[in-house]
Amino acid sequence: MIEHARPFDLAADRCGPSSSPIIRIASRGLAPLIQIIGLYVFFHGHYSPGGGFQGGVLLAASIILLRMGLGFANTQTVMPSGWTVPLGAVGGLIYIGTGFFAVLCGGNFLDYGVFPMPWLDPPHLHSYGILFIEVGVTLTVMSTLVAIFDHLLDG
Amino acid sequence: MLEIIKGYYAYFFLVAVFCIGLFGMMVKRNLMKKVMGMSMVQSAVILFWIVSAFKDGATVTVLDPARAVEDADLYLNPLPHTLMLTAIVVAVVTLGVSFALLIVIYRRYRTLEEPLLLEKMQ
Amino acid sequence: MKLHQALVLLAFAAVLTMAAMQLPARGDAASPANRVFNTRGEPVAGAHYISHAEKDAATPNMVTVILADYRSFDTLGETLVVFAGGIACLFILRRLKP
Repeated sequence: MIEHARPFDLAADRCGPSSSPIIRIASRGLAPLIQIIGLYVFFHGHYSPGGGFQGGVLLAASIILLRMGLGFANTQTVMPSGWTVPLGAVGGLIYIGTGFFAVLCGGNFLDYGVFPMPWLDPPHLHSYGILFIEVGVTLTVMSTLVAIFDHLLDG
Repeated sequence: MLEIIKGYYAYFFLVAVFCIGLFGMMVKRNLMKKVMGMSMVQSAVILFWIVSAFKDGATVTVLDPARAVEDADLYLNPLPHTLMLTAIVVAVVTLGVSFALLIVIYRRYRTLEEPLLLEKMQ
Repeated sequence: MKLHQALVLLAFAAVLTMAAMQLPARGDAASPANRVFNTRGEPVAGAHYISHAEKDAATPNMVTVILADYRSFDTLGETLVVFAGGIACLFILRRLKP
């Protein structure tokens, strides 16, 4: 009879809070800064180097820094380990949903120019379509990297 | 000679990085070091694409109002940057998967050294 | 390090160096990949993207436009590959009680 072990109990054992107060305080102070930079890189990806992949990696880096500094069990409120893979699926579904929304509006798959927003001209429709799918990319990359870290810790 | 060094030093550096990675994959006996070598080979290939996109006198691929967009010589080639942007993230994820495989191997055989591993697999 | 391994490495380095010498020099604006038309007179993708990205998507960053507009189907595949990597980690490392 094969039965699943309780997930992430080993990870909580292996990754406790750091014994050094410097690391704990520095990680708590740095993580919001990295998150702000990640959101900036993501939302400013239209006008400067950046975008969904880079912003997602930065957000994941902040969560992993918190996990390493404050311990695995204490940071479950920031990003619950059971939510990472479903969030990645939600990101992929946002991407595919944007594509099929264009199909429903009468265009090709991922053709943003047919979105029903008549107050915008086609180039700006493309701009907003890019923003929508970057949201999906960011969610997927962030939650997948955190999921890989959690499962490696649990392995 | 100076012309060759000036035009090709980046390629020679990348050949060196590629061969160091290949050395790690071929000669080292520890599976972790082999994965590190694989990562170096990936980095060399990614950097090769970025170097090949460089143009003298061109700027980054963000629109500059002072430069005409019709003249392709004023901007770097954006296509290799795009392809490598996704390749980097996929490389990170494949590294994660390979680490997961290494953890499973270690959990079962209690070693990552290749000769010991082959011995225990008999 | 055995002899044949060293020979393979040296041969590989030599082949790669010779191949790199045949490439256009770094920063050569006249290389076939960087011109508007290549040697066969066909338009090159990079130059087309540079001149059309801002007009098509109202976005100054050409890399974003190529990533998420011209090649968005490619990016969809990449995103799903990233997600599949996470799923693979989950299933490889899942502990089963005997």
